[in-house]
Amino acid sequence: MSIFVDDDTRVVVQGITGGEGKFHAGQMIEYGTNVVAGAVPGKGGQEVDGVPVYDTVDEAVEAEDADASVIFVPPAFAADAIFESLDTDLDLAVAITEGIPTQDMAKVNKRLTETDTRLIGPNCPGIITPGEAKLGILPGNIFSDGNVGLVSRSGTLTYQVVDNLTERGLGQSTAIGIGGDPIIGTSFIDALEAFEADLDTDAVVMCGEIGGEDEEQAARFIGENMDTPVAGFIAGRTAPPGKRMGHAGAIVSGSGTGTAQSKIDALNDAGVPVGDTPEEVADHVEDFL
Amino acid sequence: MKLHEHQAKTIFADAGIPVPDSRLATTVDEALDAVDDIGYPAAIKAQVHVGGRGKAGGIKIATDREEAEQYAEEILGMDLKGYTVDSVLVEAGVDFADELYVGVTMDRGAGEPVLMVSTEGGVNIEEVAEENPDAVAREHVDPAFGLHPYQARKVVYEAGVDADVALDVASILSTLYDLYEENDASEIEVNPVMITGDRDVIAADAVMNIDEDALFRHPDLADLAEESYEDDLERKAGEYGFDYVRLSGNVGIIGNGAGLVMTTLDLVDYYGGSPANFLDIGGGAKAERVTQALDMVFSDDNVDAVVFNIFGGITRGDEVAKGINEALEQFDEIPKKVVVRLAGTNAEEGMEILNTDLVEVEKTLEDAVQRAVKNAEEVTQ
Repeated sequence: MSIFVDDDTRVVVQGITGGEGKFHAGQMIEYGTNVVAGAVPGKGGQEVDGVPVYDTVDEAVEAEDADASVIFVPPAFAADAIFESLDTDLDLAVAITEGIPTQDMAKVNKRLTETDTRLIGPNCPGIITPGEAKLGILPGNIFSDGNVGLVSRSGTLTYQVVDNLTERGLGQSTAIGIGGDPIIGTSFIDALEAFEADLDTDAVVMCGEIGGEDEEQAARFIGENMDTPVAGFIAGRTAPPGKRMGHAGAIVSGSGTGTAQSKIDALNDAGVPVGDTPEEVADHVEDFL
Repeated sequence: MKLHEHQAKTIFADAGIPVPDSRLATTVDEALDAVDDIGYPAAIKAQVHVGGRGKAGGIKIATDREEAEQYAEEILGMDLKGYTVDSVLVEAGVDFADELYVGVTMDRGAGEPVLMVSTEGGVNIEEVAEENPDAVAREHVDPAFGLHPYQARKVVYEAGVDADVALDVASILSTLYDLYEENDASEIEVNPVMITGDRDVIAADAVMNIDEDALFRHPDLADLAEESYEDDLERKAGEYGFDYVRLSGNVGIIGNGAGLVMTTLDLVDYYGGSPANFLDIGGGAKAERVTQALDMVFSDDNVDAVVFNIFGGITRGDEVAKGINEALEQFDEIPKKVVVRLAGTNAEEGMEILNTDLVEVEKTLEDAVQRAVKNAEEVTQ
């Protein structure tokens, strides 16, 4: 089992004719994902790698019964593309695009409260259920199938931790990059809740970073609601206040809020061991299983 | 992206928000010309992106020409928390009775903009907000509808602003929200809003930060950003399109992906070193990008050794290795020792390709960081 995506997921790729979209659609197909359609305004009727392209997501859903989208649309048009997914009532929309203006995302976030569609991202590597489906840009070859769930705010850090896990034979049930922006769809808590309910996930890794209070809230959730053991990692211990470290959301602002230490303390209070290095995170998971 | 006070105040004034009369000066002579125009008392205010300028000596009130000259000399060129002051705003002093704090920012948790007002404005607002959160009244705004004017009034009354100026303050707040929305600001703060003895309401300070991701639709603001870089290396990073933050240590760090680069910084610290920078070269690692990244860290005099950590996802390790070789072959002499660690797709092929005459190679992140820390220590000994 897995969470959010599996080999039944039928995927429409928004922006499939662009450089990124085309390349990664190919990679997703190669991995075995059911990519059933592309959606690009003005490109309806074309084909990309044998995948039919439609002008709208609505047409793609009508014709190919798609139930999930992956969005590779440039930042200026990405919020519009997300709205299109939400308004078409897909089960899942995964927004890979980096650099969507925060005020655009605030409007998207408002709409999310009114629909049943799950949004993952934006500014994220996507989601993968090893051996079944990958929606996004994660490198399929580093994952292996197993019983460790992983949720992370960052891309390459996820790969690093997965690599450490896979190397020790600790396969993954599902891995999700929720994205590093200030406003995102699926939160740590949403993913943790799903992992807790998933019978085939026996341990969870949560990788957070400085900025915001999502990790602190997730820690409280773990303490109160989870029996599945969780190991943590927090990036940005050495980040100075007021400096944005790459991700739009990765900034320690004000006094004391959003710091790595407050997140590590909150996780420890909830009984979650936090690794000083990615290697130590794998040690903790090994101890759990 | 942070605007300078004088840039933000120009935007405020154009939108009809009352601000004190002011002139920008980059020399003592210009500052004196400005005070001759404006009169006394006059505030001489350092234009740097540093909070708490006043407490750090970057704001002085001159009551005569002699003082103005003395303060302008002191402040221009001074080092304010690591930043050199290149210009000062010379501003008419305001004789005030009360100070308010007003602001508009994004509440990340709620995913909505929030208006904030406090009657305890002034230098200690952050402490006030922490110790007594109730002293700051807040009102969330539905980003899809925008601000309803009543909301600005509601939050101003709730904060306990004096009735005779409440509507004027609400009007300023309402305009600030419009500016926040129109300019894709991430934050606008006025601290303090001054209420004068004559009960006029004036924005005496101005903080305005712009969402960098939205600059594509604000070319005018992007031009202001050009003027607001305060560090040559940060300017260079802007030109190259890197995410870069300069820090105070001596181990240069290059990597891909914000989370992994932050982790590399943390490990440098964990193993007893001190990171000199955060540099995320993003996806791909063509020779040109690698050359630019190395140019950045090599040209930082603080850097004694470098660690280059790439996790190839879609990017292939062998391509990265070729890029690193090509980039380093351009140097007659490698100025600082570089430790490279490649992982992920085709990492092993990449490790074999790397020219070990030019770089040191490690297999794990932990080993690479420890070696770079040791290299840096050897230089400083």
